This record gives sequence, structure tokens and C-alpha cells, in this order.
Amino acid sequence: VSQTTANREDLERFALQIRLQTMKMLLHLGFGHAGGALSVVETLAVLYESVMKIDPARPDWPDRDWLVVSKGHAGPAVYATLALKGYFPLEELLTLNQGGTNLPSHCDHNKTVGIDMTTGSLGQGVSSAIGIALGHRIDGRDSNTFLIVGDGELNEGQVWEGAMFAAHHKLDRLIAFVDANKRQLDGYTKDINDLGDIAAKFASFGWETTDVDGADVMAIQQAVLEARRSEGKPKVIVLDTIKGQGVPFVEETLLNHHIVLDKEKAAAAIDELEQRLKSMDGGAS
Amino acid sequence: MTNAADKLAKESIMMRDTYCRTLIDLARDNPQIVALDADLMNSMGMVPFMKEYPERTFNCGVQEANMIGIAAGLSRTGKIPYAHSFGPFATRRCYDQVFMSGAYARCNVRVIGSDPGVTAAYNGGTHMPFEDVGIMRNVPGMTVMEPTDNAMLEDIIRQLSTVHGMYYVRLLRRFATKIYEPGTKFTIGKAVPLREGADVTIFASGIMVAESLRAADALAAQGIEARVLNMFTAKPVDREAVVKAAEETGAVVAVENHSVINGLGSAVAEVLGETKPVPLERVGIQDEFGEVGPEDYLRKRFGLTPEDIVAKAKRAIERKG
Repeated sequence: VSQTTANREDLERFALQIRLQTMKMLLHLGFGHAGGALSVVETLAVLYESVMKIDPARPDWPDRDWLVVSKGHAGPAVYATLALKGYFPLEELLTLNQGGTNLPSHCDHNKTVGIDMTTGSLGQGVSSAIGIALGHRIDGRDSNTFLIVGDGELNEGQVWEGAMFAAHHKLDRLIAFVDANKRQLDGYTKDINDLGDIAAKFASFGWETTDVDGADVMAIQQAVLEARRSEGKPKVIVLDTIKGQGVPFVEETLLNHHIVLDKEKAAAAIDELEQRLKSMDGGAS
Repeated sequence: MTNAADKLAKESIMMRDTYCRTLIDLARDNPQIVALDADLMNSMGMVPFMKEYPERTFNCGVQEANMIGIAAGLSRTGKIPYAHSFGPFATRRCYDQVFMSGAYARCNVRVIGSDPGVTAAYNGGTHMPFEDVGIMRNVPGMTVMEPTDNAMLEDIIRQLSTVHGMYYVRLLRRFATKIYEPGTKFTIGKAVPLREGADVTIFASGIMVAESLRAADALAAQGIEARVLNMFTAKPVDREAVVKAAEETGAVVAVENHSVINGLGSAVAEVLGETKPVPLERVGIQDEFGEVGPEDYLRKRFGLTPEDIVAKAKRAIERKG
């Protein structure tokens, strides 16, 4: 059961492992939601390696912390994280999107061990996370409900319905992340439907807000620890990320929401991630 | 046949009060029961529930999409949500939330849509659901029901506290015509026979059950014996009852306070087409929007009177050839 704190090296190593497995899955499939999966890797590393109260041997443990990945297309990165934590075998990762797989492109709690809520139609995970948090509150359960929302997803009105409701009900055990990677399917968010100051918008709805470097695992961990301590308001941690984060050729592809992977470039990126992991492990031993 | 319809009378208790009282009763023994609404708790008569169980009542404000998503999330933690809005807003306003967060995710939510069809009367066309059954019937795994009176409503609401899945209950808020004695038990998905007859079968739902009994009396006066069944479950439709009706009476009329497209009439037509095609006539709204007015006016305006049913029954019989 985690829910401790971890040091930078362990968190960065876990993030590297998640990124590596995510890229392997996507390369094996040949295409996929690379950009938005890669941008939440550091956040997933912090959640599953450190701050979340979980037990991979008991995925349905009622007292666990829950995670709703409302941007369900981040599925591949979430599956990589769950497999690395032992929820299911690593080999299963290569079944992503194959017929009969337990790993569909968008998160599905009926298919994948460790997924807490089915998502995929944007905006809806906000409401279901609120419902889960209310359920914990009714039962007096000491569980946090974490929520990951995309910045493009903030276009959906349902997000703001939920933002209003969660603040009204003082859902202080609801901790949301906005993956502000600045891009949505058709381009830059500022060119499509400018979000303005995301934290200010949530603050005006009554949320406690923090802006954090979404590539800095220690900053993310610190933000969650602080969010967990305060009472009376739902929390949002706005992550400054890059769509395609940590894999330069994906970062450099402007429209990288869903891409066909260049096999050579992806293989080279995987090599590089493996080298970095090796040197990290070498340094640790 | 005696004139059964002569005894028909409006009930003295509103359906919404039975809904609220039944939920209060259920919630006493079952801590998982929760109620949600979208700023219509007063309209739905649910204030007594809210007072009794404030910690299990969530008035979401005018947020149907958020309400259904919250209900789905609550059900993930074992709660049994009953979520209400007016029919149009409980269905078409939050269809994707019902579909994905609810049904696709295999969650456990009872969606209550009130003021079926012309009973929305003075709220007018914007609030008048002629399409809600069709919308919900199209969702895989969704059960679609329209309880007829207080006795049936109480039984259905109680049954829904013990099952898992997605359920749509089309609910008359005000006074129903009494059909059943208190304590009567029903089986979801099973049509309930109300009158025997060998010349034609009438399948009816909701407020059209009483009208169909009146129509059957009028037909009897003309020497035509109509069988009447209460088809309160539009999905899953009672296939057995439809086939039996086709085989034994050779002509069928489906009667609903809803569009003839994708409602009860369509469900019956699908079964007939796939099993024993016999003449079918559909009484219902003929692909039109609703409009404002007194309910009596609207029943005439949209062809929902006993006379309309009689005419369609005779046409079905004529078409037997």
C-alpha cells in the first residue's frame, strides 16, 4: 500500500518506465493517442508510486484512493502504469486495441483491472469523479478521489457544471489535475477556443488552485500533499505540460493528438529511454 | 363482457407522492438509496425525502448532464441512485451521459422522466416528450417502463432497489386513473392482461391503458371483442404476449402517449415482423412536436382518444382480409 512520499530519483525512474512502456505499446500498435498519453506520465508516476492509497493486489479495496482519467484517451499511459505496479502482466500491454483486448483506447473499468471509471466522452469523468467522492463522503470513507482532465476537455460545458457543484458541496477530497498541454486535436487551444487563465477560472468557481510544472515530479508530489491537507474546497492542480512530453519527435509534431508513429523515430526514442533508464540504474547501484 | 371501464376513476393520491413515499420507505432500510434532481424537487414532490435524508439527496441545480454523471459515479461506490428530471431533460438533454457514463460503463442508475407526452400540457411543446421512450430504447441494456398507477409505481420503484443496471421510468406526476389494487405485483417485461377478447388485441401503456379499456367497451357495444394488455415495459418488450396476440386474435393495435416512431408501436411491430406478421395499427403521435394546452385538448389534437383507438382497431380487423 503506497500513499507515502517518494524521492525524485524513484519518481523519475518510474516516469521513465511508464514513458518507455507507453511508447512500446504505441509502436507495437503503430498508431495511437501519443500526445495526451505522454503529457500525463509524470503525474501518473507520482500518483501510483507515491501519493495514492492503493493496493495492486486488491484493486477493488473499498478504502483505496480512486482515479478517474476523464481524458480517457490517455489510456495507454495509465495501462503502462498499472502493469508496472503489478495490476496485470506487462506482456498484456501489447494487446492495446486488439480485438478482444482488456486495454481499449479509452479507459474502461469493466475491462481493465485497476481502472476506476469508464471514460472517453470528454467532460463526463468530472461528474463521475464527483459522484464517487460523494459516495465516499456518505459512507464516511477516508478516500481521495483524483481526477485528470485535459485542457481541450475544458471546452465541455459539463466540466463547469461539475466545477460549480463540487465547490458548492465543498468536496475537499476531490483533487483534480488539468493536463494543460496547450494543444487539442485540431491545434493549439488558444487558437480554437481560448481557455484564458485556467487556474483563475477554477478559483472563481470556488476551487483551491495551484499551477505546477507538469514535468517536475517533486513539484507535482508537493502540490498533491498540500492539496490533501487543506479542507473546505475541491482542489485543482494545473499542470504545465507539453503534448507528447518527453519524446521529442512527438512533441515536435504539431497535431499529435492521435498519430501514426514513424517506426524509426519511435524505435530511436525507445532506445534513448532505455539508455536513460540504464544509466539511472547504473548510477543507483 | 361487462363494461369494465365504467368503474374507472382518477386516484386521490398523486403519483409523485407515491414515488416520494416509497423512496422514503426504501431508504429507511437501505442506506444505499440516494435521490438526485435537477432543480425540480418541488415539482416532483421530493421535498419530504430531502428533509428525511438530506445527506442522501443531491439537488444538482439545472444540470442534467452533471446529475446523470454524478449518479453513475455514486453507483460505482455502491449507491443506488434515482435521478429525476422532466422527461425531455432526463433523456435528450443528457443522452450521452446516460449512454456512456451510465449504460456503456455498466453503471446502476434509475432515470426518472416525468410528465410523459401530452401530460406536460401547460408546459408546452418544449417540455412534452414524445421521443423519450425511443431515445432510451436505443441504449443497449436499458429497461424502459411506464408505470400506470400508484399500485404499479410503488411495486416498480421497490423492485428497482434490488436490481443492477440502467432503468428509465416514464412517470406521470399527477393523478393517474386507478387500474390496480394496492399491493398488486408486476413482472418487469411482462404485459398484464386486462380484458379478454378474440377479435383484436390492444397493447397500451401509461395514460392510454384506461383509454384502451374505454375503447374496448365501445367496441364491445358494436359486437367486437378486444383483448387489452398493459404493456408497461416498452423494453424488453413482451415478445411472447405479442406473438400470442397475433396468433389468437389476428390483429393488433399499439396505443401510446408517445411518437409512433420508436416507441411501443415500433417495439410491437418489430416482434410481429420477425414472428407472425398480422395487421398492426398504431395510435400515438404521428411524427409531430408537442404544443401547449389543456390535456383534454391535446389528447384530441394528437389522436389519443378512445374514438381514435376504436377506429384503428376496426381498421386492423378489416385488414385481416
